[in-house]
Amino acid sequence: MAELRRLELVSSTHEKQESVVQTIAVLGVGRVGSAVARTALAAGYDTRVAGSGAAEDIELLAEIVIPGARAMTATDAVSDADLVVVAVPLSKYRSVDASMLAGKTVVDAMNYWPPVDGQIADFEEDIASTSEVVSRYFSGSRVVKTLNHIGYHELEDDGAPSGTAGRRALAIASDDEAAAAAVQDVLDRFGFDTVYAGPLATGRAFEPGTAIFNGAFSQNDLLRELELNLHPTH
Amino acid sequence: MHEASPLGMELGVYSFGDTQRNADGTLRATAEAIANLHEAIVLADAVGLDYFGVGEHHTVDMPASSPGAMVAAAAGATQQIRLGSSVTVLSTDDPVRVFQQFATADAISGGRVEITAGRGSSVESYPLFGYELSDHDQLYAEKLDLLMTLNSGERTSWCGSVRSGIDDLVVVPRPVQGSLPIWLGTGGSAPSTVRAGRLGLPVSYGIIGGIPARFGRLADLYRATAQRSGHHGPNIKVSAGTFGLIAPTKKDAVDRFYPGWRNLQLLMTQRRHWPEPERARYEEQTHAPFAYYVGDPDDVAERIIDLYRHLGHMRHFFQMDLGGLPHEHFLEAITLLGTEVKPRVQRLIDRL
Ligand SMILES: NC(=O)c1ccc[n+]([C@@H]2O[C@H](COP(=O)([O-])OP(=O)(O)OC[C@H]3O[C@@H](n4cnc5c(N)ncnc54)[C@H](OP(=O)(O)O)[C@@H]3O)[C@@H](O)[C@H]2O)c1
Repeated sequence: MAELRRLELVSSTHEKQESVVQTIAVLGVGRVGSAVARTALAAGYDTRVAGSGAAEDIELLAEIVIPGARAMTATDAVSDADLVVVAVPLSKYRSVDASMLAGKTVVDAMNYWPPVDGQIADFEEDIASTSEVVSRYFSGSRVVKTLNHIGYHELEDDGAPSGTAGRRALAIASDDEAAAAAVQDVLDRFGFDTVYAGPLATGRAFEPGTAIFNGAFSQNDLLRELELNLHPTH
Repeated sequence: MHEASPLGMELGVYSFGDTQRNADGTLRATAEAIANLHEAIVLADAVGLDYFGVGEHHTVDMPASSPGAMVAAAAGATQQIRLGSSVTVLSTDDPVRVFQQFATADAISGGRVEITAGRGSSVESYPLFGYELSDHDQLYAEKLDLLMTLNSGERTSWCGSVRSGIDDLVVVPRPVQGSLPIWLGTGGSAPSTVRAGRLGLPVSYGIIGGIPARFGRLADLYRATAQRSGHHGPNIKVSAGTFGLIAPTKKDAVDRFYPGWRNLQLLMTQRRHWPEPERARYEEQTHAPFAYYVGDPDDVAERIIDLYRHLGHMRHFFQMDLGGLPHEHFLEAITLLGTEVKPRVQRLIDRL
């Protein structure tokens, strides 16, 4: 289990104070973005949401479907956010301005699913995880892959308080351990255990078509699934 | 917020066609599936159901690829039921042809035909008709605009980028109803809901899993958006399509629906990497508050009304024939929906 860790281990090794997230910006107010934003609000975060256009375009939407969230333009939403969740269709990731995300911790919740979304040239090259391509584009950001392998409706149904027996766990991959640790704390408040899989490339273990993507696992089971997928010879 | 029409709740069925299976699991003829579907629509009309929708899929197991042709045939063979597509994959079709086909069926039916336009859950039509999935957004937006333009008057002028412009050309026949009801069909995303509200189109939610009551906030968003955009009146309405099967007992219904549901899941596991089906997960879905309206007439009627409290929908229609559901079970469920569920729903609505 060299690379697989429960994130508790990671977070205990760095300055917790620095990583405390208070403000979350969610880019995309579709199925996933709306559910993430509602979950963030329920967990007590100051939550901003943005679509591809003007704030007015999504004001009513936010008021009714994500009550409590502040509708903004993407630029305004991310400007003072501690964490940014990108939940736009993967085919549109390049429409998100990378420069405004420089220096930010960015959660990539997007998936590549050619049978449903069509083929996207960027993701047809030989890569381990789609998040590596996304991270190359958001080159100034600390990209963390997670939230992609839980159904949008499950996000609000499957969460449970810390310590609940059999609590569902989510996998996290990032080249930046401190960013991963910050996201781990957020997911804990969202209602989920976590397992740190390793660098972004390990994100392939929980992309569409994998057992982890298709299932729901407690922390120990997720650890085992990741181990099976990433180190099959062990 | 609930715009209960004086008529109460419309009930109906939708189908993509369902190819029957031989005892060894192999698929029977797709032509038989189309004939079965036609028979089911005629029965739905006879037992007093309000709506039958024909979806568009292009697979051997779900061969109803041409809703317009299906609806036209049914238009000539039925008396009172409303007929429509659920949904027409508008992005990969020509809106002029779609309009003409449905307007023709409307003429034959004496004004009972509707169109529901949507992305649909089928992606097979893209390569089949030579479109790129990645162009979907623009195809859909422009073609919906053209379809609405065609619906608004006999002569059409339109220009856009996804097909050649139309300069003051006549499109006939004109609908008996004046215009065809055009619904926007969506799986329940907030942006699509906003689109329907802004355009003033009725919205049809396909609810294939999760907790249907959650769609209540989308319906609120839809109505608020329509109002803010200046759209009022009878066209601002919501319908819901869900999985469902009715049998004399809940146990029969759950047992009858399962094998077909499992076959469908297995196909989707192969095609789209869906998870392997599990009976326990299935059974959970067949009970409130979840999304499969599989039960006896009392159970299904109560759950329709429960959803009505959240959604205020005026029509609820069921996809019943999946994965080789025996045709006689399909027909029995249609009969029970018309003769047993419908009066119960009406009684419950009257009490609200
Ligand atoms: N289905 C699931 O359960 C699930 C679970 C986890 C992850 N995912 C992944 O999550 C991603 C989003 O899926 P979805 O179903 O939520 O999509 P969706 O319902 O189509 O919503 C996409 C949203 O992104 C917005 N958007 C597009 N470009 C934008 C930009 N540049 N800046 C800000 N917002 C922008 C759209 O707003 P406009 O209307 O203004 O364009 C829309 O609100 C996909 O990659 C999907 O694979 C899905």
